[in-house]
Amino acid sequence: MTKETVVNELDRVVIKFAGDSGDGMQLTGSQFTDTSAMLGNDLATFPDYPAEIRAPQGTVAGVSGFQVHIGKITVYHPGDKADVLVAMNPAALKANMKNVKTGGTIIVDIDNFTTKNFDKAGFDSDPLKNDLLKDYSVIEVGITSLTKECLKDIDIDGKSVTRSKNMFALGMVYWMFSRPLDQTEKFLETKFAKKPLLIEANKKVLYAGLHYAETIEALASSYTVLPALYESGLYRNISGNVALAWGLITAAIKSKRTLFFGSYPITPASDILHEVAKHKHFGAKIFQAEDEIAAAASAIGASFAGALGVTSSSGPGIALKGEAIGLAVMTELPLVVLNIQRGGPSTGLPTKTEQSDLLQVLFGRNGECPAIVIAASTPANCFDFAYEACRLSIEHMTPVFFMSDGYLGNGAEPWRIKSLDDMPEIRVPLADKSEEDFQPYRRNPETLVRKWAVPGTPNLVHRIGGLEKEDITGNVSYDPLNHEFMTKIRAEKISKVADNIPELTVDGAQQGDLLVVGWGGTYGHLYTTVTEMHAEGKSIGLAHFNYINPLPKNTDEIFKKFKKILVCELNLGQFVNYLRMMKQDFKYLQFNKVQGLPFSVAELKDQFENLLEKK
Amino acid sequence: MAVENVKAFKKEDFSSDQMVRWCPGCGDYAILRAMQVALAQLDRDPEDYVFVSGIGCSSRFPYYMNTYGFHSIHGRAPALALGVKLANPDLRVWIITGDGDGLSIGGNHFIHAMRRNLDVNVILFNNEIYGLTKGQYSPTSKLGIVTKSSPQGSIEVPFSPAELALGAKCNYFARVADNNPKYMASIFVEAEKFRGTSLIEILQNCPIFNDKIHEPIVGRDHKDDTMIILEHGKPMVFGKERKKGIRLNGLKLEVVTIGENGITEEDLLVHDAHETDPTLHTMLARMTVPEFPVAIGVIRQVKGSTFNDRVDDQIAQSKAISSFKTMDDVLRGGVTWEVA
Repeated sequence: MTKETVVNELDRVVIKFAGDSGDGMQLTGSQFTDTSAMLGNDLATFPDYPAEIRAPQGTVAGVSGFQVHIGKITVYHPGDKADVLVAMNPAALKANMKNVKTGGTIIVDIDNFTTKNFDKAGFDSDPLKNDLLKDYSVIEVGITSLTKECLKDIDIDGKSVTRSKNMFALGMVYWMFSRPLDQTEKFLETKFAKKPLLIEANKKVLYAGLHYAETIEALASSYTVLPALYESGLYRNISGNVALAWGLITAAIKSKRTLFFGSYPITPASDILHEVAKHKHFGAKIFQAEDEIAAAASAIGASFAGALGVTSSSGPGIALKGEAIGLAVMTELPLVVLNIQRGGPSTGLPTKTEQSDLLQVLFGRNGECPAIVIAASTPANCFDFAYEACRLSIEHMTPVFFMSDGYLGNGAEPWRIKSLDDMPEIRVPLADKSEEDFQPYRRNPETLVRKWAVPGTPNLVHRIGGLEKEDITGNVSYDPLNHEFMTKIRAEKISKVADNIPELTVDGAQQGDLLVVGWGGTYGHLYTTVTEMHAEGKSIGLAHFNYINPLPKNTDEIFKKFKKILVCELNLGQFVNYLRMMKQDFKYLQFNKVQGLPFSVAELKDQFENLLEKK
Repeated sequence: MAVENVKAFKKEDFSSDQMVRWCPGCGDYAILRAMQVALAQLDRDPEDYVFVSGIGCSSRFPYYMNTYGFHSIHGRAPALALGVKLANPDLRVWIITGDGDGLSIGGNHFIHAMRRNLDVNVILFNNEIYGLTKGQYSPTSKLGIVTKSSPQGSIEVPFSPAELALGAKCNYFARVADNNPKYMASIFVEAEKFRGTSLIEILQNCPIFNDKIHEPIVGRDHKDDTMIILEHGKPMVFGKERKKGIRLNGLKLEVVTIGENGITEEDLLVHDAHETDPTLHTMLARMTVPEFPVAIGVIRQVKGSTFNDRVDDQIAQSKAISSFKTMDDVLRGGVTWEVA
């Protein structure tokens, strides 16, 4: 470096890129993420984008953001407040300024700070000229004009010039955090392989941003974040939805079943469909159905015929699939239902995260209709729990809900890559053609699981359907006592799944004053808060549930060891009320948030400290 | 037609041990028998067939067949059957539905099934009424019909399954009446051999809620004049004396009498079920009494690639070009780094 610059070593840093939804902020953020991962930083990301593809330019509604938290120490969540905010226009500043740490750095593209844009963003006057930003270190850069100037000798159209300005911002941030450019250069070479001029232009702008940041006095200090301490092994960066898709394919291969994936596109679940569609080479049958119901029904048909039937959606689609899921409960066939939750009810907040579909998947069907419910808790473990959903569905011949959410699905983190050999066996309860006196509803006496008799197999010809089944024969039966018996058997079969799942574990204090309880995608924030407070000497532990129905067998045992139980979730209290029903011996406190956003460590810490102080 | 039956199946081989529970006199009995007769003529074992149904009187059908069967949920049989067929394309899949199940609650799945051309057979029991829910009008009920839910007469304009299906790019459409089981069985055999979605509309009588609704078409004493059996490559002749025929006059069909006004058999249309343009097939399928006879038989039979083949072709293509040979290749592909 030519100028003297202080390089600060930091444990962790949160950076947010924000601009119009067409400004390329998601790409900028993911490039920064990939580069940091290559350097060995631990990280967590949080893309935050509008539901509209191109919301009105310059408005707060149209702001698209990408937050990344990188660390030398392990990071479990994308960070509360940003150390650095890149705001490409006034709206991006307006939407994000309250989430920048006091004293943090804000880089703005001064070219977009016009009176018209202040109006659109809802500022009364130029925010750079009043004392609104007095607590921050603001760097005003003419990103748009510098980009234009930089590209004036390259023969590309004006639109391509404007689109390159995100590379200028990225270049600046790369310099600030001492990142190398080679990963992004390689990316550009692949992305624009057929348009060499665009490679040249984007690289030129990227370097221009880097050099500009190095040159201007405004950036007096530079930060660096050293590699995190990892368990040794081969790593990659992975998002929740991709991990999930790979978990499904891995389970199909391991169980020697054809993967049948029936889906109807819906935010934020569509990426799973896109990912599995890339891997037809493993023989997966991918069906984009005419609607959510057909997606579920086709998966059930495929399961009947011996495939691993999977259907994906988010809350609104799960509502439509409800009757079909009941059919799979009645016919006792494997069916994996993926619910990537978003804000509800109705269309709700398609691109925002929430955990408000829990009661829907537990109880939202007609009749006594039990299903297994499990939830992933980090982007990377979407792989493990997708696999687990398939394992349990096949081994227990019943629908399994896999719960994730927009935050997990779109978020990414480094993953120590697993191999097919690392995954547990999946025991497929297939009926054999040599079976004597085959009866479709005869059960394994221990697990109560019926056998999977696949069409095409001689000697096993049978009919099933949604009407109540007679015990053993599976014939249609309207007998009152048979109905009660079968209803209880279906419930008992699900409760016996508790014998086939791991026990609950506790992070932090193993007993003491406060047990924080969470489930699903809130793990990162809860874990960070609880373990930090525990390290400070507080009597606090975390029990985070991945298995919701049935609950792990040792749940009571763990609850007994704490004076207070606080259930934290992103809804009005669905899991806590489920616990009040299922585990009535305990008193539960609750902390809820329904803003379409993850918890922040700061707000959790406040809550936990208050409770610990109150004796 | 060629009867295969190398395995010498009997009708009883396809009959399950379940008691048939349709109302006495229901047209469904004849359809069930015709199906069992048809399958016995073919060379496939009972375990190779899957009958998938939705909800309604007709949808009880799978319980009575000694084959694999799935009595699913209302309207969704085409979707469920698609999963069955894609999971195992060697299975022979039959979808059993009715005018309510297939065209009302399941209308969306029905039209998409038609355009995909999955290799399955669809039997549509059209009795123009809801039977299992005890007699409300259906999407094929005539305007003005008085039912329990339309005491002042239905105010809904019906549509025709044929027009809907052909508009949705159906490649195989046949129509039969429930009072001619032998002919029906022969059509089932034909449909089973066709590769692609074959739709068979059956004019089926519901003796309880809509008795004799098809009588003006299928009645014994006049059926030769009110139905025309279309055969590929044959002129369109009908009538008790085989004197009447169908010809194209401008853009319209008309009934003519051979020997009158100089009309000879030469002037009549010759049925071409294999014509890819569905215009004439649609016109033929629309013919109705009293102006025209109703067209019976295979109205359209056009070869096309099947959905299941297209799915499998893409899998084969992906296998041929993919650089990933194992799942571990995928998991370890792309940007990775080693931590010592």
